[in-house]
Amino acid sequence: MNTQTTTQAHAQQGATEAVVEAKNLDLVFPTNDGSVQALKDVNLTINKGDFVSFIGPSGCGKTTFLRVMAALEHPTGGSITVNGMSPDEARKQRAYGYVFQAAGLYPWRTIAKNIKLPLEIMGYSKAEQDKRVEQVLELVELTGFGGKYPWQLSGGMQQRASIARALAFDADILLMDEPFGALDEIVRDHLNEQLLKLWARTNKTIGFVTHSIPEAVYLSTKIVVMSPRPGRITDVIESTLPRERPLDIRDSQEFIDIAHRVREGLRAGHADD
Amino acid sequence: MAFWYAACVPMNIKGVLDAAERAGAEVTPATSKARRDMGTFGLVAGNTFAIADTFAQDRPRLPAPHQVMSELWKTTVQKKVTSKRSLVYHAQVTLKATLLGFVIGTGLGILLAVGIVHSRVMDMSVMPWAIVSQTTPIIALAPMIIVVLYSIGVQGILPKAIISAYLSFFPVVVGMVKGLRSPDAMQLDLLKTYSANTNQGFWKLRLPSSMPYLFTSLKIGIAASLLGAIVGELPTGAVSGLGARLLAGSYYGQTVQIWSALFAAAILAGLLVALLELIEKAVLKRMGMVS
Repeated sequence: MNTQTTTQAHAQQGATEAVVEAKNLDLVFPTNDGSVQALKDVNLTINKGDFVSFIGPSGCGKTTFLRVMAALEHPTGGSITVNGMSPDEARKQRAYGYVFQAAGLYPWRTIAKNIKLPLEIMGYSKAEQDKRVEQVLELVELTGFGGKYPWQLSGGMQQRASIARALAFDADILLMDEPFGALDEIVRDHLNEQLLKLWARTNKTIGFVTHSIPEAVYLSTKIVVMSPRPGRITDVIESTLPRERPLDIRDSQEFIDIAHRVREGLRAGHADD
Repeated sequence: MAFWYAACVPMNIKGVLDAAERAGAEVTPATSKARRDMGTFGLVAGNTFAIADTFAQDRPRLPAPHQVMSELWKTTVQKKVTSKRSLVYHAQVTLKATLLGFVIGTGLGILLAVGIVHSRVMDMSVMPWAIVSQTTPIIALAPMIIVVLYSIGVQGILPKAIISAYLSFFPVVVGMVKGLRSPDAMQLDLLKTYSANTNQGFWKLRLPSSMPYLFTSLKIGIAASLLGAIVGELPTGAVSGLGARLLAGSYYGQTVQIWSALFAAAILAGLLVALLELIEKAVLKRMGMVS
């Protein structure tokens, strides 16, 4: 099957199947000097196969929302379902893989052993583990690097390995919290391109936190613009760009228009403080 | 070294002059009573002929380095290791107690650290006691431990080992608690996303991350163990061991013997720490944590 038909296939699915549904979501953190409203009245639906970016200044709750989806934080009001379940249940069903800002590979494990970490914890057989490691290493273009230790790899390669680790157990949803934030622009471009290819090949639903406007526009089918104090959604932009995106699409007028709208949304969020 | 030699002259000059007077030599001032009230440097200045002898006394206040070295040589290489006068023999007696104590102390320390990290109650209750235990002077506590253990029929190597363990568990507790808590929030969150249980978190993340901390503690711990074993030999009237050697030396004013026992202890500690360093390198290399 070529990528064109695959992407069309899940474009059609996407219209019908909601993976994440948040309704009137509130989250208040109690702190020493009063409580902080991290999320206020957040309503969002993420469909299957979507690539959703969350963009906004720090403190806008984009990471918090991702963490709520992953059941790492628990909302204080409203409701959220992942695959029709509570986030906690979805986690037990291994619904998502999570990629953090730092690769966080264990320095005492080789790349292959790092990728096996979730598989060991989830009790996969040895043979299955080896098979999956090979598969995901190939997906992130790190075939042959399984025996290396993390310090032997560049930062970009380490981050790819951590993506492979998140993919290893076949979760449908990939949650990524500024995964390329610590990398330089050139490496980042390359990884963005690779990530799009990987998304096209694997059918995953991706939630992606970033504070780079070009990155958000280049990658996403849906861009969620957020603003701080209290953390809330100010705009949801459905991208009109085609799913097949070469890097130079970023010079097109359409791209620039979407980026402009994102920038407007960010500015609107800031107007009231 | 030069400082040490220089220090020997004023430290030993009175003894040398006394001996010289008894032997009938001309010394200034002539009587021991007159010399008693004089400064040592003045005596040295007035009796320069005696300087050489300050390095060669039988029972000097401060033995010269070469005296200590030759005693070390005589009591290690030139004596049979089974001889009661061999430092190697005494060192191995102390070493056995040290190693046993070190194993007990390390085991106990690791167990306590695991408890502290996983239980809030232990976290709040154990640490203060561990700190109190280390502020009690061991020299006062050691005889009590030995008396108590003796009265319940425990003697031989074990009481020494327990004193040694008493000193060595603390650095291990402190280091391991820090080590087991070293994984950051992100790494703990990552395990949470896999729904890993506490057990898996311990074996897969906490324990491996604590290894560098453990080895640092072990190096402090083994030195403390040796100290504990030596202290454990002092109040027991033990006849063998470096501690017994120190004690015997001080009874009979054998300063050369005391100093050579001290050096033997220092060399032993150095060897033990070096050995641990080798093991550390090997383990961390095996774990892929050395670049």
